[in-house]
Amino acid sequence: MSLQENQPLYQSNLNTRHRRGKIWRTVFIISTVLAIISLVVLLVTIIDDSFGYAAISYKIPLSEIAPAGVPLESLTCAELIPILEENVSPNRFRQIQSEKPFEEWSQQECYETVVYEVGQPKAEETWSLFYSIRYADELKAYVAQKYPEGELIFKQWLNIDFVTQPQSKDPLIAGIRTAILGSLYIIAIVIIVAFPIGIAAAIYLEEYASQSRVHRIIQTNINNLAGVPSIIYGMLGLAFFVRVLEPLTSGYVFGYSSEATANGRTILSAGLTLALLILPVVIINSQEAIKAVPNSLREASYGMGATKWQTIWNHVIPNALPGILTGTILSVSRAFGETAPLIVVGASTFVTFNPDSIFSKFTTIPIQIYQWTARPQDAYKNIAAAAIIVLLVILITLNAAAILLRNRYSRRLS
Amino acid sequence: MAEQTTPALPPYSTLRSQKGEASINLRKHLRLKESIIQGFLVFSGALSIFTTVGIVFFLGEEAIQFFRSPDVTLLEFLTGTKWQPHLGEFGVIPLLNATLVTSFIAMLVAIPLGMCVAIYLSEYASPKTRGTIKPILEVIAGIPTVVLGFFALNFMTPLLRGVFGNNVVSIYNMAAGGLVMGILILPLISSMVEDALSAVPRALREGAYALGATKLEVATQIVVPAAISGISAAIILGMSRAVGEAMIVAIAVGAGPNLTWNPFEPAETMTGHIVRISGGDLSYGTIDYNSLFAIALMLFIMTLILNLISQRIIKRFREVYE
Repeated sequence: MSLQENQPLYQSNLNTRHRRGKIWRTVFIISTVLAIISLVVLLVTIIDDSFGYAAISYKIPLSEIAPAGVPLESLTCAELIPILEENVSPNRFRQIQSEKPFEEWSQQECYETVVYEVGQPKAEETWSLFYSIRYADELKAYVAQKYPEGELIFKQWLNIDFVTQPQSKDPLIAGIRTAILGSLYIIAIVIIVAFPIGIAAAIYLEEYASQSRVHRIIQTNINNLAGVPSIIYGMLGLAFFVRVLEPLTSGYVFGYSSEATANGRTILSAGLTLALLILPVVIINSQEAIKAVPNSLREASYGMGATKWQTIWNHVIPNALPGILTGTILSVSRAFGETAPLIVVGASTFVTFNPDSIFSKFTTIPIQIYQWTARPQDAYKNIAAAAIIVLLVILITLNAAAILLRNRYSRRLS
Repeated sequence: MAEQTTPALPPYSTLRSQKGEASINLRKHLRLKESIIQGFLVFSGALSIFTTVGIVFFLGEEAIQFFRSPDVTLLEFLTGTKWQPHLGEFGVIPLLNATLVTSFIAMLVAIPLGMCVAIYLSEYASPKTRGTIKPILEVIAGIPTVVLGFFALNFMTPLLRGVFGNNVVSIYNMAAGGLVMGILILPLISSMVEDALSAVPRALREGAYALGATKLEVATQIVVPAAISGISAAIILGMSRAVGEAMIVAIAVGAGPNLTWNPFEPAETMTGHIVRISGGDLSYGTIDYNSLFAIALMLFIMTLILNLISQRIIKRFREVYE
């Protein structure tokens, strides 16, 4: 009887429960979609800032540079070079000529040099891609009125020149070649240092010291190190590599001397700091890969009379290597994007020359992004966005390599 | 030619003579080589210990120098409400406050969203959907923080200013940094929570279904409570990450210590201060230099405690379900 009385109540209750279930299900889906949207918005923001209209003003209007009535871009190189000689200082003229003899110049190069050297353009204001497309006509009117001698050009901030040119104070011609090279040098040191030591530590922990007290202590220690904020590693690098090991990291010990690197804030210090930073991650990933090697392989090898090291070298490492590489590539891509520890170690703010050795001053792509983002002028925001695209492309390539490796590996196991 | 292409075994007699003659020498040689190699392996394993010792030693040494200087005492450092090095005031409270406010905002975003995403992925999504969404979340976790800082300054700040008004929200503010930091931590929390939820035995879910529970009731009243230790470990680890995060706050939160609870005002976190000061000209042994190490030591201790709690919880949680 109580069941009959309760039946309607039970049913109405059931409806509410189902409705609540549906509502929350929607909430869960919306949360997930929100997470994905945040990624999409991030990418769109960056692309949006990498292209768009820029209002350029000239110190000497272009119409005044060229002889009356003739548009500047229709002149030939032979006509343009005298204009250049006339308008820049003799020193600057010789400097331009020494960079590349005029005979080898194309018409386009002559034109661009004259515009840049004589006109001295300045990016007054810039607009994002979507704004530029939507309000193109308004922008044209606005610029024509505000900068009568200037012009409105559609600027691709990310272009070949941006990747190949050195750093500059002028956002219109600044590039990230020196930063890319700095990043590559540092990553090379990170790989050379962290890869062998990380694998060796993993082998020691898994093959020699497993289940022992030492293993437990080191393992706990590594897990804790993996959680230490990266900026703390920067402080360690500053105090140890830059300050204590200064003769070594500046290269005095090796007879290398340069005034520019006199204080240990070199590529070597930066590379060693980042190597220490990713070491725990490399060790943990390598351990996982070594653990996954079936024990039967080891036993078969011992059964054939191999020593411990022969077993490890010939059987454990080759089988664990794809897994180790995947983990290492992922940690290298983390090192590629690190900024804070390098700022603390002492990245240089302005490097216009390629690094020539591991004792050079350094800057990296993330450091460039930070410095440009921190500046208030419009155009720096655009080149920061362009540098971000370069950085993300490199990281995506690295990650894709890791995923390919992982897939090939798992296929081989099955 | 034939010998080159097909690997020929040495004749049986050679094999036997090699084995007979050289066996003792060979083994001695190998042992030496193996002990050298083992020495390198032990060194590599011990290097992680040296790293920890190095961090504690250098942070501690410079911090002690800082507290020895006449300008500051430990008590003043921990309780002072003004951080103005040029006036000799070294109170860490404003920096700590900004760290806590930004971390709190980040957790306000990351915990609910991360939980919802994890519950969806673990309990609702089909394996195929899960296979698509998880890599996307991993991509977010892999974005360099300097990029997220750019995003905070050039997207989140204009958005907040558009919503709340330019006179309410400053160009540099704690809210934008905190929100974007939440996006950074979300994938960390969601993936760890999802692991914890998936580890809950099926039998618990099936028992609840058999009693007539709906899917939501199973998820929130059975699975989540059963995985609560894994979830709290994830949240604590997320906090540790938020406290130690540097670039987002260095770019978007501001460049001057400011003791305020208002998330729309600029401030400077502990990490942000270290980045700004060490990015400028910094000479060794000055009180400014030493003060950075005192802040870093405090940061290290905070994150270490959070990480240890998280690891302790994970250990206990593993013992229950293995």
